[in-house]
Amino acid sequence: MKPSTVAISVIFFIVFVASVVGFRAGAGRKMNLEEWSIAGRSFGLLFMWLLMAGEIYTTFAFLGASGWAYSRGGPALYIMAYITLGYVISFYILPYIWELGSRHGLQTQSDFFEKRYCSKGLALLVSLVGVLFVIPYLQIQLTGLGIIVQVASFDQIQRSTSMLIAVCLVALFVFFGGMRAVAWVSVIKDFLMILAALSIGIYVPVHYFGGVGPLFHTLSTTHPAHLVMPGATKTMGHLWFISTVILSACGFYMWPHTFGAAFTAKNGSILRRNAIVTPLYTISLVFILIAGFAAVLVVPGLANGDMSLLMLARKSFPPWFLGVIGGAGALTAMVPAAIIILTASTLFAKNVFRPIFAPQMSEDKVSKLAKAMVLVLALISFSLALHSSSTLVALLLLGYAGVTQFFPGVVLGLFWPRVTAIGVTTGLVAGLATIATLMLSHRDPFHGVNAGFLALALNFAMTVFVSLATPVQANPLPLLTDLSRVFKTKALS
Amino acid sequence: MRKPSLLAVAIGLIPFIGMCFSVGWWDRVSPMVFGLPFNLFWLILWILLSSGCMAFANRVEERRKKDQPL
Repeated sequence: MKPSTVAISVIFFIVFVASVVGFRAGAGRKMNLEEWSIAGRSFGLLFMWLLMAGEIYTTFAFLGASGWAYSRGGPALYIMAYITLGYVISFYILPYIWELGSRHGLQTQSDFFEKRYCSKGLALLVSLVGVLFVIPYLQIQLTGLGIIVQVASFDQIQRSTSMLIAVCLVALFVFFGGMRAVAWVSVIKDFLMILAALSIGIYVPVHYFGGVGPLFHTLSTTHPAHLVMPGATKTMGHLWFISTVILSACGFYMWPHTFGAAFTAKNGSILRRNAIVTPLYTISLVFILIAGFAAVLVVPGLANGDMSLLMLARKSFPPWFLGVIGGAGALTAMVPAAIIILTASTLFAKNVFRPIFAPQMSEDKVSKLAKAMVLVLALISFSLALHSSSTLVALLLLGYAGVTQFFPGVVLGLFWPRVTAIGVTTGLVAGLATIATLMLSHRDPFHGVNAGFLALALNFAMTVFVSLATPVQANPLPLLTDLSRVFKTKALS
Repeated sequence: MRKPSLLAVAIGLIPFIGMCFSVGWWDRVSPMVFGLPFNLFWLILWILLSSGCMAFANRVEERRKKDQPL
C-alpha cells in the first residue's frame, strides 16, 4: 500500500470513530435549548476538565505553537505563560459567573450583559462582536485541519475536500448531540493529542540528536538568538511579552464559547478545582514547543511555519503513525470548531434574532433556529477558510484583542456595583475602535506593546470614568450573602 | 459565594510575578536545566507552582466558607 493511503485511512478511521461517539452521546435525550447548549448544567469535574481542555487545546496549540517556535523562536513561550495565567484568572471569575447563571437562568455571555446591565442594546453589541471575532477562531480550526490532512496524505487530498468533510461531520454531531456530544469526542481527542505530543516531543530529539539536552545545545550554538526573545522577530521583546500575556490571559474566558462553558458546570466549586488541575495540562505544550525547535534543525527553510510539526512527523515516523498524529490533529480542529459553532448559533438565535425580529418567540422555536444556524455557520466558516491566507497565530491575536474588550464589563460587573451600562458601552466601543485603528493599519505591536493591551487599558479607564460620571444604576445581579441563605433554606425544606 | 478574599487574590498574583513580570530576569538560555534552556525550564516550574497556588487559594476560600457560613 502507498504510504499516503495508509496515513489517510488511519486519519479517516479516527475521525469516523470519534464522530460515532459524538452521535451516540446525545441519542435518546430530550433536547431543549438548555440541554443542547449547556448540557443541562450537569458537568462534574472530569467532564468540565475535558470540555475546557477541549476548547483550549485547539489546532492552534498543535500547529501554531510549534509553528511559532519554528519561525519566531523565543516569543512562542508566551503561549505557555498566558494559558496558565488564564486559568489563574478563571479561579476568580468563573465560579461567580456560574452562580449568577444558575440563579438567573443565564445561558450565554450576552445573557449576562443583558441581565447585569439591563441593556438590550449592550447585549446585542456583545453578541455581534462575539460572533464577529469568533469567526476567525473558527477559520483557524478549519485552515489547520486542511493543512494536517494535506501533509498527512502526502499532498494527495486537497485542503478544500478535507475541510468540507470535516465541516459536515462537525455540523452533524453538533446538530444531533449538542454540548454533551462535544465533551465525549473531546475524550478521544485529548488522549490522542497527548500521545502525539509525547511521541513527537520525545522521540524526535532522541532520534536526531540523542536527547533534549543535545538538541538545545546544538540550537544554542547554531541559532544563538532563537531561543530567547525577540527570537527571529524584531518587535517581540519583553514588553511585548508582558502586554500580550496579560491581554491573552484576561481574554481567555471572554470568548463566547469559553465564557459559556462555565454554565455547563454542576456547581461553582467544580470550576475552582478545575483551575487547580487544568494548568498541569499545559505541560503537554512543552513537547510541542520542543518539536518546533527541533524542526528548525531537521526541516529548515519551510515557508509556512505552521506546517513544521507535521513535516517533522512525516520525515520521522512510519505512515501509520503519521496517520495517528494527523487524526489527533484533525480532532483538535473539530472539537473546538464544534464548540464555537454551537455557541455562536445559540448566541445568534437567542441574543440577536429573537430580540430584534421576534420578541415573542418560544424557547422551543429558538432552539430550532439555533440548530438551523449550525448548518449556516458551518458553511460560512468553510467558505471563509477557503479564501484565508493569514497564518494561524495572527488570526488568533486579532480575535483575542477583540473579545478581551469584554473583560472590564464582566469583571467590574461582578465586583463593582457602581459600574453602569453607559460606562461599559463607551469603554467597549473605545477599545474596539483602538484595535481597529492600530491593527488594520499594521501598527501592532505599537512601540513594542501589544495593541490589544493598549485598547484594553483605554477600555478599562473609559469604563470607570464614564460610570462614575453617569447616574448610579441598581445591580440586579448582586453577589449576595442574603439571597443564598434564602436558597439554602428553600433547598432544605 | 462571596467576593474572593484579599488573601486569595494576593495568592493569585504570585504566578503573574513568576511567569510574566519577571520575564527580563528569566528569559535566557543558560544555565540549562535538565537539558532545557533556562526560560523553558522556568515556565515549566511555574506551571507546577501556579497549580499549587490555586490549590492554596482554594483552601483559603473553602476554610473561609466553613468558618463564616453565610
